[in-house]
Amino acid sequence: MIVDHASAAEKFNANPERVTWHDATLWYAREKRDRAAAEVPEWETLRELASAIKEHTLSHLDEYLVMFERAAIANGAIVHWARNADEHNAIVHGILHSAGARRLVKSKSMLTEECHLNPYLEARGIDVVDTDLGERIVQLRREPPSHIVAPAIHLKREDIAETFVEHLGTEPGVHDPLVLVGAARVHLRERFLAAQAGLTGVNFAIAETGGIVVCTNEGNADLGVAVPPIHIASMGIEKLVPGPAELAVFLRLLARSGTGQRATVYTTHVHRPVRGQHFHIVLVDNGRTTQLGRTDFWRSLKCIRCGACMNTCPVYRRSGGHAYGSTVPGPIGSVLTPGIDLQKYAALPFASTLCGSCTAVCPVKIDLDAQLYRWRQVVTKAGHTGRMKRTLASVGGKLLAHPTLLAGAGRVARVVSRIFPQTLTNRFAGAWTKHREAPEPSPQSFRAWYAANRRGKK
Amino acid sequence: MTVALFAPCFVDQFRASAAIAALRVLERLGVDVEVPSGAACCGQPPANAGFEDEGAPALERFVRTFRRYDTIIVLSGSCALHVRMHAAAFGDDGAGVAARTTEYCTYLHDVIGLDRLSSLGAERNARAAVHIGCHALRGLGLASPSELQEPRYDRVRAVLSTVRGLTFADLDRPDECCGFGGSFSVDEPAVSARMGLDRLADYGKGGAELLVSTDVSCLLHLDGLARRLGVSLPVMHVAELLAGEVSA
Repeated sequence: MIVDHASAAEKFNANPERVTWHDATLWYAREKRDRAAAEVPEWETLRELASAIKEHTLSHLDEYLVMFERAAIANGAIVHWARNADEHNAIVHGILHSAGARRLVKSKSMLTEECHLNPYLEARGIDVVDTDLGERIVQLRREPPSHIVAPAIHLKREDIAETFVEHLGTEPGVHDPLVLVGAARVHLRERFLAAQAGLTGVNFAIAETGGIVVCTNEGNADLGVAVPPIHIASMGIEKLVPGPAELAVFLRLLARSGTGQRATVYTTHVHRPVRGQHFHIVLVDNGRTTQLGRTDFWRSLKCIRCGACMNTCPVYRRSGGHAYGSTVPGPIGSVLTPGIDLQKYAALPFASTLCGSCTAVCPVKIDLDAQLYRWRQVVTKAGHTGRMKRTLASVGGKLLAHPTLLAGAGRVARVVSRIFPQTLTNRFAGAWTKHREAPEPSPQSFRAWYAANRRGKK
Repeated sequence: MTVALFAPCFVDQFRASAAIAALRVLERLGVDVEVPSGAACCGQPPANAGFEDEGAPALERFVRTFRRYDTIIVLSGSCALHVRMHAAAFGDDGAGVAARTTEYCTYLHDVIGLDRLSSLGAERNARAAVHIGCHALRGLGLASPSELQEPRYDRVRAVLSTVRGLTFADLDRPDECCGFGGSFSVDEPAVSARMGLDRLADYGKGGAELLVSTDVSCLLHLDGLARRLGVSLPVMHVAELLAGEVSA
């Protein structure tokens, strides 16, 4: 199904109070980020450094991946390589199946969302429980996350209370966050203790040491790593950093950018399995090497998934994450997903005013607005734009290149009505005047005024 | 030293008063400025809508028209940014034009200077909300954007500080996008309008009696929203305030 961001966003805006609340909630995160960043005098230098480290690592990814694998194996990890989502899912299922494990607890992992791991495993009889609170909430509601850091940010506590009444047996009408969190804690503890395997995402993988780093605020990844006899860490191949020194740069940026915290509550380093435990690392490509080969877009792989571009994006805040119809929404999603399925996600590069706030807030300095601009060119060249818009652009382009056409014909409105079909101008005028008054044309154009009043000058 | 002023297509047609004011201000400051009649548009509207190739002839024409000028002053932050970013595609002439193109307020601030601007004697007893277009702000660096941790500066407010009696409305979100975004305004009317309405609410909260901007495009959008709402908020380009224009 082709994603129609504009229509989904229009539906989201049918409830203006909810938009106000959603916007304010995310803007609060942006303001916390500003305060956290302001505490670090060398903030801009850190961003520069982080960007350079990621560009270096991505430019030598083949070497660092091999270095990482070697170190991880030496540590006692079992390393798997997956070309795509299917291979990843089959590997994870294979690990579980051969160990006879049927109950899996997962901490936050956007990669497994991307690969649609949960439905794959559920179809094969595995009980999958997302243990991040926000992830668990959307899992119970059978919804995708709407934000990569705060998956249930689109929900109010009243919505969550209803979900918990249905699934966790809480009292109807109880919205107290402490009560709700208490119920979730009891529910999840049971799942942790019964789990036969734990799967975590990976925030950073250290090539030099073969270790992985998982950043959470709830400690759920730690339980998932420590309790069950099997730990599977799934990671995109772009998660590598060269060594521990480079890691430090990112740990200073990640939480401050994402949530305005100085550090996540838990920063868990895993290097080797606990005695008797099996530790698997699955390295996943799934389109990343293709993106790495794209001159205009490879820098999108620098992303450390902090979510700051979503929090700052005025369009995201007023359209909601689900309007993007992609695993990763917001500005970074709009530059990552068109490369996966151009036709399906053709609308996303246009779901932006190109205001550039995302680029300025990004801790690894991804040129998001420039990449959105470039994707727009790719989308229109591939023909994924309405015929009417194409006509408008091509005739309009000729018109704009010929000032005499404009001047000779007088007002723009008159020229436009002469050149374009009425249906087309009506549609565009309609989109403008649905919410706004049309601009009044000036009584005399500047060009006409200049010709009359500055005679003799150029 | 030859100086040219470029008023983009939508300013020419919908806000000629801003271009006339911009020209008069430059003339009163003693700048020998010409308005050559070769180009109507820089090609930004189609390019930002994904039709860079269709916009290319307009930009090429812009380059041909302005290549002989030492300074090209553009009365729009986003048009100026488009020329600076993309004109180099047209050879040496294009690269030269890109390098010599500047936005109006930038020219006033950096080349004319605040002392000479004060000599214009502009006066306006009002509290103004200032809206710097996003491309002027983050693309051209007219002011320090709120995302960056760098020493604060604001060339637009500095220029406006030469207008006697003018005060600035305190805004909750001093540099949030107004939602115009060119084709975005008609591609995504719901979000575009909502963004603009949120800006208007912020201006109202700050007690603004006037909205002043570097970019006429943002103003046409915000003015259209305000008029639909029945909110009385005169909108002006910076040049109109400096020229002493009274009405909106």
